[in-house]
Amino acid sequence: MEKNTVLKRVYVWQLPVRFYHWLNALCILILAITGYIIGNPPAIQSGTEAFKGYWFGTVRFIHFVTAFVFFFNFVFRIYWGFVGNRFAKWNNFIPFKKSDWKGMLRIIMIDILQKESRPLRKIGHNSLAGFTYFILFIIFLLQSITGFGLYSAMSTSWFPKLFSWIVPFLGGDLQARQLHHVLMWFFILFAFVHVYLVFYHDYVEGRGIISSMGGGWKFIEREIK
Amino acid sequence: MKINSPTYWEAMQAKGVNRRDFLKYCAWLGALLGIEASGVGKIVHAMETKKRLPVIWLHGQECTCCSESFIRSSHPVVANVILDDISLDYTETLMAASGYQAEKSYRDTITKYKGEYILCMEGAIPTGNGGVYCCIGGRSMEQILKEAAEGAKAIIAWGNCATHGCVQAAKPNPTGATPVRKLISGKPIINVPGCPPIAEVMTGVIAHVLTFDRIPALDSMGRPKAFYSRRVHDSCYRRPNYDAGLFVETFDDENAKKGYCLYKVGCRGPVTYNSCAIMKWNNGVSYPIQSGHGCIGCSEQNFWDNGPFYKHLPSFPGFPIEKTADDICIAIGAATAAGIAAHAITTNIRKRAEIKEKVEKGRIKNIEKEEGVNNG
Repeated sequence: MEKNTVLKRVYVWQLPVRFYHWLNALCILILAITGYIIGNPPAIQSGTEAFKGYWFGTVRFIHFVTAFVFFFNFVFRIYWGFVGNRFAKWNNFIPFKKSDWKGMLRIIMIDILQKESRPLRKIGHNSLAGFTYFILFIIFLLQSITGFGLYSAMSTSWFPKLFSWIVPFLGGDLQARQLHHVLMWFFILFAFVHVYLVFYHDYVEGRGIISSMGGGWKFIEREIK
Repeated sequence: MKINSPTYWEAMQAKGVNRRDFLKYCAWLGALLGIEASGVGKIVHAMETKKRLPVIWLHGQECTCCSESFIRSSHPVVANVILDDISLDYTETLMAASGYQAEKSYRDTITKYKGEYILCMEGAIPTGNGGVYCCIGGRSMEQILKEAAEGAKAIIAWGNCATHGCVQAAKPNPTGATPVRKLISGKPIINVPGCPPIAEVMTGVIAHVLTFDRIPALDSMGRPKAFYSRRVHDSCYRRPNYDAGLFVETFDDENAKKGYCLYKVGCRGPVTYNSCAIMKWNNGVSYPIQSGHGCIGCSEQNFWDNGPFYKHLPSFPGFPIEKTADDICIAIGAATAAGIAAHAITTNIRKRAEIKEKVEKGRIKNIEKEEGVNNG
């Protein structure tokens, strides 16, 4: 149909964004695995005395250290949302304008219900993806608050204490733990859908979306004048 | 009218306590409050100069386990002196008076010692149906509590009932059982949760109030920091097993015999703030975990609704009991996977032309042909 088009290379994801993405992915992977083990430890038993082993303590230690990395990486991404390029800007994520909501509706029609066939020519995040990431950021925040809130009971540091208010707010450690556990599942489900959709877009549109998080480049179609 | 009541030291002397025993008692009290040795002098001074503290102890919806715990305080000196020397003017369970005399002694205390007495509340307060579920002397517990709280210097809420509502407030809470903190405002309230609280914790709180004449340092949930700032888990003697990943899988397995950690069989120690693992129960003999049973979290809010007690994850609200967040989320995960599969199939059908066109355009021989044409 579009005979006279050429693919142009656009530098979309800056290095800090890519760095954030992969560090975040690594953190979530570690946090989900260690977190699940903490919640439901496998029956690795041995006849030795307790003082000879510390594997569960080590798993928890990895979880806590990774949580700090995850949180400050997240804070860094918020900062980059103010100083980064236009694709990284914070206003990609919050649907202020009517066109954002219209865009979301179009994405649903094109990619989810597949009623329309022409893909949307959006370079950065599409508006539905942007909004999904906004919800995801809120989940990041909730997960950090409940996590550090639970952690504050075993810490003397001032930083986790900033979050200790969440425990009485939710009614107790058990409720905080329950919420923290449920939100872990949100991360897992998100990861599945996220990876699938990246493959889907690359498959259908062929604009290099998978590799864009590696090198930062995406391709857009431009008509030859 | 002011009654010229004796100081603690005077009252003790009247009972034949000598100076040496008095000082011993003050040292006990200091140990109980967790203050350093140099602080004992303060206690001695307070005991020599302070008047006896008038106390009204009300019983609402409760099982009296708090009172039972209190009178079993492991240090009889402390318990006796506290019981004798706080002037326990009205308490349904322990007072000798009944009927008219009991009511009179209650009235006398709230009028004579207005603004001076301590109000201890044991039990929840039913607010459903106008409070008919707990009436004393023809009045509802809510009316009595509000009246007694009016002139109280401070309120001590004993046990999980008075602090969180306990079993009476468990779903569906038919009597509208309500804790003290939700009914009374503008008065210092010391929450001493537990079902019951540990006897030494109760005497410790009373001792602090009568020694220093002010309420102990409280945490964000109104609990005395001295006794509720650490989780049972943090001070548990089985904690090394937890860190080593040695867990009891079932109550009759080899690991249970070895005394491994009860985390996987639902122990609430990691989410429960109390001193059980340090002070223990029944004169420091044992506590639930030491006896081989997990903590059920009796000093935590809604602990009855946080069941099942023998599972690590509580049941998920709104779903049948025994259904945990994991069960539900795995089902949602399966649904998501099915959705992804369906979407992938649909994509190959509905976007077929589009994909095919791109693939055709992208074939190397087509590109070479195009280039050949273009380049002439």
